[in-house]
Amino acid sequence: MSDKLINATNLKKSFDQFIAVDNIDLSVSRGEVVGFLGPNGAGKSTTMKMLTGFLEPDNGQIFINNINLKSDPLKAKEYIGYLPEGAPSYTDMIVSDFLSFIGKMRGLNDNTLSNRLEEMADQINLKEMWNRPIETLSKGFKRRVGIAQALIHDPDILILDEPTDGLDPNQKHEMRNLIKRISTNKAIVISTHILEEVEAVCSRAVIIANGKLLANDTPKNLENKFLNKNTLSIEVSNKINNDIFKDIKSLIKYDDVKIQKTDMSTHTILVSDNKKVPNLNTVLKQINKLKLDVIEANFQRVSLEEIFRTITSDNNSK
Amino acid sequence: MNNYLSKTNIILDRELKGYFRTPLASIFLLVFLALSSGMTFFLGRFFERDQADLTTFFSWHPWLFLVLMPAIGMRLWAEERRSGTIELLITLPVTNTQLVVGKFLASWIFTLIALILTMPIWITVNYLGEPDNHVILISYFGSWLMAGAFLALTSCLSALTKNQVIAFIISSISGFVLLMAGFNLVLSAVRSWSPNWITETISSMSFLSHFSRIQMGVFDLSTLVFFVSMIILCLWINVQLVQIKKAD
Repeated sequence: MSDKLINATNLKKSFDQFIAVDNIDLSVSRGEVVGFLGPNGAGKSTTMKMLTGFLEPDNGQIFINNINLKSDPLKAKEYIGYLPEGAPSYTDMIVSDFLSFIGKMRGLNDNTLSNRLEEMADQINLKEMWNRPIETLSKGFKRRVGIAQALIHDPDILILDEPTDGLDPNQKHEMRNLIKRISTNKAIVISTHILEEVEAVCSRAVIIANGKLLANDTPKNLENKFLNKNTLSIEVSNKINNDIFKDIKSLIKYDDVKIQKTDMSTHTILVSDNKKVPNLNTVLKQINKLKLDVIEANFQRVSLEEIFRTITSDNNSK
Repeated sequence: MNNYLSKTNIILDRELKGYFRTPLASIFLLVFLALSSGMTFFLGRFFERDQADLTTFFSWHPWLFLVLMPAIGMRLWAEERRSGTIELLITLPVTNTQLVVGKFLASWIFTLIALILTMPIWITVNYLGEPDNHVILISYFGSWLMAGAFLALTSCLSALTKNQVIAFIISSISGFVLLMAGFNLVLSAVRSWSPNWITETISSMSFLSHFSRIQMGVFDLSTLVFFVSMIILCLWINVQLVQIKKAD
């Protein structure tokens, strides 16, 4: 028995000649929010479709709450709430009817269903649209209806394929808050190509490209792995001629020291090192010895976006 | 078992109400009533024949169903695939068989409603004369059974495409072939190259010859077995097609 709510190993799926997912392992525990990152066509949706039992993998095994999805799909599917890409729904139905339909199909009895419907109307702010046909709703509300149908049976596992795609910034913010709110006792997988989303809500980022898993770590650890590329940037108001530059180079004991002229007729000293992160205090003390006036000093941190681009483009060039 | 039936029932309920959520149901019912009575009274010369029976009414049913059953059934799977809701359905804890059967039953019950609404013709003929109500009842049942076979065929073929119009056309064409299977038109095309037993088999699959026996009040076991097994076969293929084509 494992405490993983999702445990998938060696997943592989091809369509004709095209390998969509190539030997991916993924496990998610309760309380985790895993961000599935990758360029379009990377295999995110295909992986999610396999995890939810919509597609059968060519190879590999999936356990949902320790139940083999292949041998007992009906039991395993009970634990999953799924928002497919584009949040499809029966648009001719009114919101409440659609949610009741899904709730009944999920096996909720009348009492539980009416309680859950009320909770959904509150939690996901659907009250004002409750009796409107889904086809008349805005994209944001349609997405909320999609989330509500995935949540109606209060599943242990939530799999959301691009939950914030097409939403305006306010709606995105709301959606992320909602995901954070419900994440404490569930295992959640969300796919996205918006990196700030991963930084905002995910406890772990999984990066895939061309069907292969390229990274699987916390956003923080991913950044740390790339920290050796971090650069310390110190802006000074003084003019820096060649002599001063030589002095700076001799004083600062890091691999790479560069000077850049800024637009404001100030100069920036860029310090980086391949082996270790430059220490801000040490560098500042050394610069003080030269009586330079420091205006601003900070790290040019790599964003998850850069890490993502580096990893996925490396993989492409290979 | 209870749970199994209840899920099928929930699907059935949603689909059946689905017909009435749009003007589709009322338009269909109007067209069906107008055509079936129009054909009976004008083309079938109901009054001129001076006979108290519904032979002319029922004899048009195979031809009406050829167009109207694909119209009812074309959306069953094509629309699920086009809109992506098939992904919702398949990831629910239900089997494909439950989904297929639930959807089929909804369309079949809808047809039953259409047939029940033609009852004023039955009442009229009873008012005007003394028809053999036993034959009429059997004909109604046979007509509904044949409609079921058309619907199962349409449902099955609608799983092949995301386009309702294509589903409609291929269902009508296939329905036409099955309808005409007993006729020389179809048989002569097959007879020249195939062994006798194939010709016999095709001939025995004719909707029209089975239905014409029912119309005469002869309802034998072979006809019941034919239509029921036709429905089961189509729905079985339907389940397989949903499985194969769901992700296309």
